[in-house]
Amino acid sequence: MKPMDVLVVGAGPAGLAAATAASRNGCRVAVLDDNPAAGGQIWRADITRPHHEDAARSAAIAAFHTSGAALLPGRRIVDVRSPSTLLAEAGGHFETYRWDRLILGTGARERFLPFPGWTLPGVFGAGGLQALVKGGYSVSGKRIVVAGTGPLLLAVAAHLREYGASTITVAEQASALQILPFAVSLMRSPGKLLQGAGYRKALGDTPYQTGCWPISAQGDEELRSVTLTDGKRTWTIECDLLACGFHLAPNTELAQLLGCTLQEGFVRVDTQQQTSVPNIYCAGEPTGIAGVDAAQVQGEIAGLAAADCNPIPTSLLARRAKEAAFGRRLTHAFRLRPEVLKLASQETIVCRCEDVTFGQLQTRSNWTDAKLHTRCGMGPCQGRICGAATEALFGWQPTSVRAPLFPVPVAAFCDETSSLNAPSAR
Amino acid sequence: MPDQQVVIYVNGSSISVPAGSMLSAALLMASAPCRISITGQPRTALCGMGICLECRAVVNGVLHTRTCQTVCQEGMRVETQP
Repeated sequence: MKPMDVLVVGAGPAGLAAATAASRNGCRVAVLDDNPAAGGQIWRADITRPHHEDAARSAAIAAFHTSGAALLPGRRIVDVRSPSTLLAEAGGHFETYRWDRLILGTGARERFLPFPGWTLPGVFGAGGLQALVKGGYSVSGKRIVVAGTGPLLLAVAAHLREYGASTITVAEQASALQILPFAVSLMRSPGKLLQGAGYRKALGDTPYQTGCWPISAQGDEELRSVTLTDGKRTWTIECDLLACGFHLAPNTELAQLLGCTLQEGFVRVDTQQQTSVPNIYCAGEPTGIAGVDAAQVQGEIAGLAAADCNPIPTSLLARRAKEAAFGRRLTHAFRLRPEVLKLASQETIVCRCEDVTFGQLQTRSNWTDAKLHTRCGMGPCQGRICGAATEALFGWQPTSVRAPLFPVPVAAFCDETSSLNAPSAR
Repeated sequence: MPDQQVVIYVNGSSISVPAGSMLSAALLMASAPCRISITGQPRTALCGMGICLECRAVVNGVLHTRTCQTVCQEGMRVETQP
């Protein structure tokens, strides 16, 4: 019997675990990722410290390579060409990938909420700035405010400080009361507790201010200062950079294009991580924001299920349940306070691609109405940034997802016919 | 730090960056915006991971190149995208 072809989209913790499990169990496995290297976002390689390795990352990548699965980086999925073929763009050309079983490990992105000044150079996502620093941007000596919500803020601030930045403060919008039960629950996960404590220690004398959020960023051509509030008083801090993100939003576009059912914004999966579409599995953040440990165990389950290794070991199922519970506590602890949904002024840009302001959107009734009248969400990011913002701000639900999932050069369409028949198709 | 450096050209000026650097990071080191928005605002990378597309710039003559997913290569030419 011909070995099963398993295609994995995303080389982060979920995708690597899935590929490793499927490959070890006799499948032919290829992993596609749009980034130049494996690791996804949380395990993004640090070019300035190539030998400073995260143990979990090293172990996962080593296991992946040993398993015999193939990594195909620099490829971005743009379309579905048949029920079992995906179209990827790589360096201006199209390639097709056929699969018997497909595993989606497409991860999450940061959620951004617009506030006056958030489009200034010098304002980054929190994870965004961390990624740029890992990519070689030196923040040594820079004065940085870290703000928004979620455990990522602490990790990012600790990382920036290690790189010689002067982290002025970490402003967490969630109140101490909101976070406390979550912090206490970490006693059940000693690994995560230690990690959190390590970040806090690395932060030194940088304050971690709960119940505190940014209301505006100031500067002419670039950031000069950030104004924070705790709801009672406001104060302005001079700084060079602002790293600001409001937790995470799942990347579900490909799953949607494939026809997978979403439930409350996340990809619905069964006990085997299978989506509503037979032979398509999903693991990690797209199924619910729960972090790296959840992504790894879900990935392993998806890989085993795709390789028809049944039943799934109960130890894995138990770990998945534990991590899912952690995810629910996380989401609850870092839920948004209503004030952060009211930061934009009339002139604040909400859609950065098309420079559509909050004032322009206020009179629109839904996502489609906004698109038709203002071009909100119709630029190159295709609503990935403003869609999550308008969902939080106005409660708008994005409508259909259409191909191409990302902008592609017209030239790629010109040689599509030839490349579709090319032997690159697996 | 990696020993090797590569030289790239940002809006015509040369800059030396560690080998393996992302182009988006190099643009920040050169204090150059990636692109100018449709209402004329300078923009730099936001998400750092290929989602927001604020990091688009002209790389070796190719428009709309995502600099946060492009590794600097010796002699690469990048211009702020108008």
